[in-house]
Amino acid sequence: MSGTQETFYDVMRRQGISRRGFLKFCALTSASLGLGASFAPRIAEALETKPRIPVIWLHGLECTCCTESFIRSAHPLVKDVVLSMISLDYDDTIMAAAGHQAEAILEEVRTTHKGRYVLAVEGNPPLKDGGIYCMPGGRPFVDTLKDMAADAQAVIAWGSCASWGCVQAARPNPTQATPVDKVVTGTPVLKVPGCPPIAEVMTGVLTYMLTFDRLPEVDRQGRPKMFYSQRIHDKCYRRPHFDAGQFVEKFDDENARKGYCLYKMGCKGPTTYNACSTVGWNTGTSFPIQSGHGCLGCSEHDFWDKGPFYQRLTSLEPVAAESTADSVGGTLAAVAGGAVAAHGAISIAKRGLEKRRAGTGSRGGESGDAE
Amino acid sequence: MPIHTGRDIHALDVAQGDASVDRTSIYVYEAPLRAWHWINALALTILAVTGYFIGQPLPSVPGEASDASLMVAIREIHFITAYVLAIGWLVRIYWAFVGNPHSRQLFKLPFWRKSYWNGVVWEASWYAFLRKEPKKYVGHNPLAQFVMFTVFTVGMFFMIITGFALYSEGAGIDSWQYALFGWVFDIFPNSQAVHTWHRLGMWIFVTYVIVHVYAAVREDILSRQSMISTMISGERMFKDNRDD
Repeated sequence: MSGTQETFYDVMRRQGISRRGFLKFCALTSASLGLGASFAPRIAEALETKPRIPVIWLHGLECTCCTESFIRSAHPLVKDVVLSMISLDYDDTIMAAAGHQAEAILEEVRTTHKGRYVLAVEGNPPLKDGGIYCMPGGRPFVDTLKDMAADAQAVIAWGSCASWGCVQAARPNPTQATPVDKVVTGTPVLKVPGCPPIAEVMTGVLTYMLTFDRLPEVDRQGRPKMFYSQRIHDKCYRRPHFDAGQFVEKFDDENARKGYCLYKMGCKGPTTYNACSTVGWNTGTSFPIQSGHGCLGCSEHDFWDKGPFYQRLTSLEPVAAESTADSVGGTLAAVAGGAVAAHGAISIAKRGLEKRRAGTGSRGGESGDAE
Repeated sequence: MPIHTGRDIHALDVAQGDASVDRTSIYVYEAPLRAWHWINALALTILAVTGYFIGQPLPSVPGEASDASLMVAIREIHFITAYVLAIGWLVRIYWAFVGNPHSRQLFKLPFWRKSYWNGVVWEASWYAFLRKEPKKYVGHNPLAQFVMFTVFTVGMFFMIITGFALYSEGAGIDSWQYALFGWVFDIFPNSQAVHTWHRLGMWIFVTYVIVHVYAAVREDILSRQSMISTMISGERMFKDNRDD
């Protein structure tokens, strides 16, 4: 750790960013955070005057796709700034240091920046058998996570692993992989789900936190409202086809070529909160639906268990993983219909029998009181 | 009890062997309750049909997207009908407070009363063809009350709550629907699950309606009191004057 009084602006200038480029970054960041043009000078001022906040980036059980996404942040400026800032401290995938030297940084940051650093967590800790299924640096990840989180000002749960558990927590979750917010107590946890999250969303969230010294406003699930308050479906460019009732019926049909709605192909856009349909991926080049494939719902809780990916009606897990509401409900209604028909038939037969038995002699047993 | 025969009836079409009985009747279902019943029945039907096609849409509409609005129409009908159902349910709950004692039966399950469960078993034995004659009831019989409460009443709350939660996703997280029903997503963090359970709820109601209509018709014929006409006139008429 070098001089803690160095500001973001200093770091950027050192990286060869011009003043003009810096202001452009501030304006873009302001826009992407939904703050409006008036906030750009405030971001600029904050970046110029505030000492930068160290960020520690830990990796638990995961595939590193969050980091891969992050370093492809559309705006190179964002990447340079945030990357130079993070690599100084700790990110075991992309930092220069290795071994004990690297691990020592954790302890150093923890003591010198107690209560000030931001802990970014990619992946999650497996809790089974004392956490031995994830041992970075020869230590259960859950212990490192708890220690580092205790002295952080905030924890960012990067991606679906850290936020929800993702694939390693999918049924039957053999290692008992557990989302970060179930392990970390006492420190606020911000969830930035996605498998991976969109690069601009990640840098946007970091920039907001570092500029304004507070967590962005979150929704009920703990996700930043600015990126996760609307569904893919709400802003999907194929929505007019949904509204009209025009669907891709098969992946190789005419409707697929015309770009109709992928609802019937199991698109999870209607239940997925993310910014893909507005921000897009890879400098806004595309996103799954634009490429002709339905959304898998990767930023949603337990999306691996909400399959199948290619059906609109999904499984009734955890009760009946192989059945849908229609297969169970339809069977139920059919059984009820059959039972009612059989019961009705027996009722009629029984009544006819009783009538005939009572009818020999008297004038019909229609109502007992007539006797 | 005097028995009047067909000879005393002034009717042109009276036939030999016609008999009439004295019928006691009790006013059970008051007018608002009856109106609610039929409005609710119609709303449930519309909701089930439109809901089915929201989850499993009809074949694609040809032509330009701007010329069609099939899904919009189906969903809009579903939402409007859902409001009718939900407001009707609120009125029905209100009526349970101000209406006659029978209006409260729908919301009660005397779980801890042994005599109630004996009644359930007795009525089940009638449906299992083990009894020659049923008992007389003014409101719901114990078995009917059990199904009404556990399936219908609980089901209505479940469908209205999950329905509004799903609606709030479109209305936005600043909407009053989200403020009131957003807690559903604390229980089901992935709304795909809410969609699935809401749809299973639809099938439960379809099953319920099959059983309900069958039981009403069967009881109308076989039981000792009127059924279907009671939900039209409000009068429960007994076919005999004997004790149970």
